[in-house]
Order: sequence, then C-alpha cells, then structure tokens
Amino acid sequence: MSTLMSGARMLLECLSREGVDCMFGYPGGVTLPLYDVLYDHPLRHVLVRHEENAAFAAEGYARATGKVGVCCATSGPGATNLTTGLVDAMMDSIPIVAITGQVSTKLIGSDAFQEADTFGITRSCTKHNYLVKTLEDLPQIVHEAFYVAASGRPGPVLVDIPKDVFQAQGHYSHVTAIHLPGYKVFTEGHTGQIRRALQLIQKAERALVYGGGGIIAADASVELREFVERTHFPAVNTLMGLGALPSEHPNFISMPGMHGSYAANMAMSNADLLIALGVRFDDRVTGRLAAFAPHAKVIHVDIDPAEIGKNRAPDVPIVGDVKRVLTKFNEALAENRKADGGLEAARNAWWSQIRRWKQEHPLQPVTSDTEIKPQHLMTEIDRLSQGRAIVTSDVGQHQMWAAQLVRFGEPRLWINSGGLGAMGFGLPSAIGAQFARPDKLVFAVVGDGGFQMSIPELATIAAYGLPVKIVVMNNGYLGMVRQWQELFYNNRLSAVELDCFPDAEKLAGAYGFKGRTIDKPWELAAALETAVNEPGPYLLNVKVSPAECVYPMVPAGGAINEMVLGPPQPVAAK
Amino acid sequence: MLQIISLLVENKPGALMRVTGLLTQRGYNIESLTVARTLDPELSRMTIAVEVDSALRQQVIKQMNKLINVLQAVDLSDSPAVIRELVLVRVRTAQETRQAVLKEAEIFGGRVVDSSTEGFAIEVTGDPEKLNEFVDVMRSYGEIDVTRSGALAIALEAKKLRLQPPVPTKGPAKVEETIQ
Repeated sequence: MSTLMSGARMLLECLSREGVDCMFGYPGGVTLPLYDVLYDHPLRHVLVRHEENAAFAAEGYARATGKVGVCCATSGPGATNLTTGLVDAMMDSIPIVAITGQVSTKLIGSDAFQEADTFGITRSCTKHNYLVKTLEDLPQIVHEAFYVAASGRPGPVLVDIPKDVFQAQGHYSHVTAIHLPGYKVFTEGHTGQIRRALQLIQKAERALVYGGGGIIAADASVELREFVERTHFPAVNTLMGLGALPSEHPNFISMPGMHGSYAANMAMSNADLLIALGVRFDDRVTGRLAAFAPHAKVIHVDIDPAEIGKNRAPDVPIVGDVKRVLTKFNEALAENRKADGGLEAARNAWWSQIRRWKQEHPLQPVTSDTEIKPQHLMTEIDRLSQGRAIVTSDVGQHQMWAAQLVRFGEPRLWINSGGLGAMGFGLPSAIGAQFARPDKLVFAVVGDGGFQMSIPELATIAAYGLPVKIVVMNNGYLGMVRQWQELFYNNRLSAVELDCFPDAEKLAGAYGFKGRTIDKPWELAAALETAVNEPGPYLLNVKVSPAECVYPMVPAGGAINEMVLGPPQPVAAK
Repeated sequence: MLQIISLLVENKPGALMRVTGLLTQRGYNIESLTVARTLDPELSRMTIAVEVDSALRQQVIKQMNKLINVLQAVDLSDSPAVIRELVLVRVRTAQETRQAVLKEAEIFGGRVVDSSTEGFAIEVTGDPEKLNEFVDVMRSYGEIDVTRSGALAIALEAKKLRLQPPVPTKGPAKVEETIQ
C-alpha cells in the first residue's frame, strides 16, 4: 500500500513518473503547497522572472529535445501570463504541460483574490485542458495530460489545480491505461493511398519534397533523408522544418515562402508533384493560394486529419505519422528499382533548372566596409555554429535572415516562434534549450524589440549561470514592421523607432556578466568569438545598418514566384 | 442553408464549451443547440444547427472530431436523417375563438397541455419548418409566447463509430514514492 501524501506531492510523483527532470515556473499564493513540497524534492524547478517566459522556456526545452516541457504558474495573473506561450505551442505543435494553481474549489466563481477562469480562458489556447476537482482524479488527469501533449499532433495541455486539491491527502494509485475513446490518433497511413502516392512518385518528372515541422515532431529526419536519397528528389524545408534535412545535404534547396529563396519558390511554382510532409500549407509559405504550385499534384501526409485539405486539396491525402509513412515509402522504393524508367532525362533537366535558379539568385551574404550588415552578422554566427549550435530567435527580420543564412546540420537546433510570431520568445526559449542541452552552444539571436520584451530573463540567465550567447541584432527599429511601412505604406514610419537601447556592457554588468556593443564590421568576427569563448553568458549588442530590408520578399497576397528580389532601384534623376 | 451537426460527446464539464468555442471563434452564430445524456450516462448527444460557409463545413466537422471529448461529429445536412423540434406555445384567446384554436392545434398534431380562461398552452413536435407555420397560425389568434427546443436529429444510416481503445501507460509502476 502506498503512503498517504498531499496532492502537491502526488503531482510531483506523477511528474517524476513521466520522466520530468526540470520545470520552469513562478510561485504564488495558491501554489504555496506545491512549492513547499518542491523545497526538498529532486525535481529541478527553474525560477524564471515572468510566467510567459516559463511557458516559452518549457517550449525551448521541448523543441530542443522532443520531450514534454513543463511550466507552472499560480492562479489569476500567473495563469493569464502563460497564455501567449500556450498559443505559441499550439501554433507550432509543441508538447508542453502547464500546471496552474487555482483558488480553492469552494471559492471558484466567487471572484476570490487572484481568481481567473483559467479553464475557460485557456480552452482555445490548448490542445486540451483540465480542471481538477478532487484529488482522486489528479493522477489520471496528469498522466492523461502528458499523453495528450506528446501523442498525435503534439500540443500544449493545461492542468488547473485548486489549492485545496494540492493540500488534500490521498494515496497515489498507479494509472495503468489512458482511456480517451474520442481521441483518435491515426499513425499508419492508408495502404491504398500510400500505393497511389507511390505511383505518383514513380511518374513524377519535376517532384519536390516540401517538408515541415511535422518531420521534426515525428522524429523522421533519418527517414526523410533516406527518401530524398532514394528518389533523388530536391527538397525544401519550411521555417518550422529547418534542420529536418541538413542544410548541407545536396538535395536540400532552402526555405520557401514569403522570405524564402528564389530557387525554393520557383521550384514550388514549377513542380509537377509536391510531396508535402508534416506541413500545413501556411499562408507564409504559399502566398496567394490560388496561384500556389499550380502545376503540381499534391501528396499530403499529416497526422492531423483537419490539416488535410484545409488550404489545398491534395490529390493523395494520407493521414498518418510521417515517420511511419516515410518508412513505408522507403520500403516500397527499396523493392522497386525500375522507377526512373524513361524519366531520367526529364528529372535531370529539373535538377539543372533548380541549379540555375540557385545560381541566378543565391541567398547571398551581404557585407559592407563601413557598417555591419545584418546578413553579415548571420553568416558570422553560421561560421561559428557550423550547423551544430542551437539558435533561438524571436520574430521579424532577424528571424528571417537567420533562417536564410544559418545552417542547421540536424533537427531541433533552430528554435523560433513560427506560427504565432511572438516577440520575446528567443531569450526564454534559449534558457529552456540550454537546460535541456547543457552540452550545446546556444545563441539567442534576437532583435532589439524582442530583446526588450524579455529583458527580465537576464536575471534567470545570470542566476543559473547559463552560458547562453545573446546576440542582439540591433537596427534601432521594429525592423519588419518598418519594412512593411517602407514598402507598402509610403515610408510613413509610425511607432517603429526604438530609441534608448540600454548600454549592453552596463546592462550585462548589472546582472554580473559580460556584454559589449559593436558597430564596425571588422569587430564582428572577433567579438562573436569572444562571446562564444566566454564560459558564462554573454550579451553582444550588434548595431547593424538600420535601413536593410529582408529579400527576397513575396508581398502579401502575391504568388510566391512573384518575388521582390532586392530593394527598389533608385529612379534616375530627370 | 443551416448545417445540422450531430455529436456524440463525453458527458464532462467543458465539453459543450469546446464544441461551441470552435463555432464562436470563427464567428458563427448557433441557431439552436440541444444536449442530453444518451443510454450510456457517460455520453451526451448534441445537435447543433448553425450557418457555416459551405467551404468551411468539412473543416468545422474535422475540428470537432479532433476535440478530445468528442467521440464523433457528423454533418447530417446532406445525409438521410430525421430532424424534429418541439415547440410550446401559450396563446391568449377570446372565448369565441377557443374552438378554432383547438382545431388548428389538432391539424398540427398538437396537444393541449394547459387550459385556462385566458387560453391554452399547446405542445407540438415536428419538422422545424412546420412549427414555424404553427406559430404563425397561433399568432393570428392572439398574443402568444413561444419556447422552442431547437432541432433534434437522428441519422437514418448508422455511421461506424470508431473509438480509441485504452492506451497502456508506459513503464512499470515505480514501487516506492520518490520521497517520503
């Protein structure tokens, strides 16, 4: 017979059994019983400085490892602060479990101190959520939460626990099975559809693999690699899929979409077969949907049936785990070697065409003798990373340049807020990633805007001595918004200038670590090396040329082959 | 055209909110909604009548099927189904028209559930369209109050209900708790 324990201890028991070694949180009134048990519990609690960042850190942990990230907040403001992170995890299908405290069951609905309707508020922010009404339900719910978060299409799950449930005494009863009759997970893929897909694959002349975050979530990089090598098909990886195929792989073109490369977008637009793997035909990838991949038949593999046909009706829909489906593709391809038949010439011509597009408009490292170009900064980070470092980012220009120019040799290195596009994500997610992967060099590549949204977390980095290298791409603007105002709003720059950035050396110094500001291109390489060689954290504020815009660019509503490849040429004087 | 959606959901707090949330977050107004327990007390049957853009109907059904608490969501708009509604009408009527009101109620297959000097309370069940007509007819006799149940539907062809079997939790139970 198990021992009598409090709900708080029972929660930690559940977490331990789920293999949780680290959680990110912030205490408060109703979670006092939980924090009292944490006081001498082996589970590591990381104290962040804002609950939103607890969720982002849990995401960073999950994105870097594939394990479920855990965050914790108190009732009311603690829970509401988590929501941005929950939506972020929802949009990017990241498995996290959020534990929130709630006022005691008797007080729920009475507008008690620090009460908020967390269950109601987070309904649309989560894959599923729970309000635990009695201690008896706690183990079943917590184990269910981990199962739901990690299985199928991963996502955030929230468990709201009232204070009296934390305090109640009970016995932990082992949960042997999860019974969720309505939660259907389709993994295998329909045999008939897989056969039809293979027929298209065998017949295609201009095939293109369009791989996304689902490849990484399904841990299917090896299978993807085998697939492109067996078929010799070119591949693009979306923003969420970078690293699914190594950037250096000969079959890899680059990222498609609004700021994707010319070659990737042209390949999308001219392919006769798109093999869409773990992607959702996001508007940032497809541009104007009606003009997207107009010549292509589409095979769409996704574990979420609701993604199939949501934006583009596929010719062959396959609901399944992309790892399982790719394995089946590969097995069939291994048996059947006659594939290429009379298609070799056409397929070679397709490859030559792609190579020509690559040569015509490569993603080029832009440099200058007088100022640091943002692209220069990214290529220097790339040089130090060599495809091996973890790079986190916020959203905006720096994110796009990093995605274009930093190479990733494996999955789970590129950590960014893709779907939600949340500023302030880069720094806290780097904290989570560094805890998850202490062996890895972690760059938090952030803009001056996003950095200032997450400045409180410098304290967390300092307190835990995390060797995160914070690189601020500082152009003095909310760069991406400025870019749009410049290009589409007659250059009327409204509320985008970020004056008064703190002195990086003093700021880092105030937290007890090193920092520096640079603005000369010849200082860049050495300054980054110094940051990397510093055993602890480092804040490098890089003042880049303020006026740079991200290209190529597909204007909103445009087709992706209608790219703007560079800044408008100055009009000749009359 | 109204979309009639029939759902089998777990009888749990929040299940209704999750289903309606999918509609409200897309800005759809629910015309009617009924929920009640099924033979299995752990499950509820829900019938929703809602105006959804035709291009998005399938997507809405798929999103509903994705909900953890939803065992099955089906679109009954275009499949063989019986759709019925109940209406309760209280009609104030003058002495001289009482007979006529009773006659009309009889034509619509109605049942008088209360009678007073003021008038009648009448219940009628039937196709929602037919109930509209009944309400119009009653209105012609005097002041009325109306309560409608909203559409209830049952499919005439059984759709195969695919349920997830229990999933064993991974790893053996730890023998002792981590810390006493």
